[in-house]
Amino acid sequence: MTKIKTQSLHKRHSELAQANRQLQILSNGIFVEELPTFADKIKETGHFPLRPGTLEVLQINVGYMCNQVCEHCHVDAGPDRKEIMTWETMELCLEVIRNTGAHTLDLTGGAPEMNPNFRRFVEEASKAGIQDFIVRSNLTIIRANKKYHDLPEFFKKHNVHVVSSMPHWTRGKTDKQRGDGVFDASIEALKMLNKVGYGMPGSDLRLDLVYNPSGAFLPGDQASMEKDFKKALMDDFGIQFHNLFAITNLPISRFLDYLIASDNYEDYMYQLVEAFNPSAVANVMCTNTISVSWDGWLYDCDFNQMLELKVDSKVQHIRDYNEAILNDRNIIISQHCYGCTAGAGSSCQGTVA
Amino acid sequence: MSYYDPKDLRKFGDITEWSEELGNKYFDYYGKVFEEGALTAREKSLIALAVAHTEQCPYCIDAYTKDSLQRGVTKEEMMEAIHVGAAIRSGATLVHGVMMMNKVNKLDG
Ligand code: SF4
Ligand code: SF4
Repeated sequence: MTKIKTQSLHKRHSELAQANRQLQILSNGIFVEELPTFADKIKETGHFPLRPGTLEVLQINVGYMCNQVCEHCHVDAGPDRKEIMTWETMELCLEVIRNTGAHTLDLTGGAPEMNPNFRRFVEEASKAGIQDFIVRSNLTIIRANKKYHDLPEFFKKHNVHVVSSMPHWTRGKTDKQRGDGVFDASIEALKMLNKVGYGMPGSDLRLDLVYNPSGAFLPGDQASMEKDFKKALMDDFGIQFHNLFAITNLPISRFLDYLIASDNYEDYMYQLVEAFNPSAVANVMCTNTISVSWDGWLYDCDFNQMLELKVDSKVQHIRDYNEAILNDRNIIISQHCYGCTAGAGSSCQGTVA
Repeated sequence: MSYYDPKDLRKFGDITEWSEELGNKYFDYYGKVFEEGALTAREKSLIALAVAHTEQCPYCIDAYTKDSLQRGVTKEEMMEAIHVGAAIRSGATLVHGVMMMNKVNKLDG
């Protein structure tokens, strides 16, 4: 059994549950006196204002409910979050999915599988013939309850590309971030996915892992981490997967709360700013992605969604969706964006530089 | 005031200001040393961590603890690396005991 670590910031009535409060923190303190704002930084490199390129990824967040309460979660997800996409909104999304120019559909949460209409939605969406259909599965959900045990088969049937989080190949580091028992449950789930063909060499059933650091430090080199993960998971458990995406924790929501509580906030922001990589800016996630929230609002990315920064466009809701109008907008930025441009850059698909 | 200020580590690059050529040469060399080579960058990070301790340099301990974490090094691996450094350091002390023994034998044998 996995054991939940804590409660969401919302449930705890923490002031950091408020997007405004987070944005205030990110715009004050060291960013007034010591460090350049993200806008100033990208002015220097000629990327201001940040504008989208061709839309490639439609990322839909089907709800903030999750069976875990990970320490670093930028969604502030947990069992106590009740924001869940309704079937009506899903139908609006399906309409968009059928007509979009994007080649990738990316379902995320929370634990997307906990949405009661998840399967129906996947069945319908998979008929649209999108090239790459991703579901971000936290793995433990597959083991959480009998009704989820057949998820690997379900994913396989709809040719879903599974992307799952794994902060380390050791139990201690994984459980510290994600809760007691998460490591063992994740290993079991990975074995189940391997068993139906996911992650096997040469298999079309894609299984990728997401690595994000378990504390106040940046991810190491993606290729070396992938090598280490592959070796350890194979040697210790006989598990295989395709690619590892190294993702930087962005200083928002629970990770921001953790940084402040552990007195790491300033150092972490310095690290992000010092690691600013101009060549990552042109490819940050928001330049090719639109993010849809559980209630149908549109955002530049999942992070801006959590900061309640709706797209700066006439079109702000899925019911009015229009790709051409949406693409003609400026992306809303703040200091959290430094997380996307540090080192080799970071996005939901790993490094970008 | 303490002699060591953690914030000074961020200013390490400033040493080039008073001697640009030597500073740059040093940082180029430094960067090259830590690149992936016959040893992996991860192995190099662990060596650096052990040496940081034998040198007892707070800046290096700070930097290479973080660097090791970034490379997925576990606590157990870090502590073992430090023991290697400590063993060599104490060994280096103790092996000089032979010198002392030789001297005693010569003077008072
Ligand atoms: S990080 Fe993922 S698995 Fe963890 S609480 Fe957030 S949504 Fe759930
Ligand atoms: S946080 Fe969002 S808006 Fe900012 S750079 Fe990253 S993807 Fe773009």
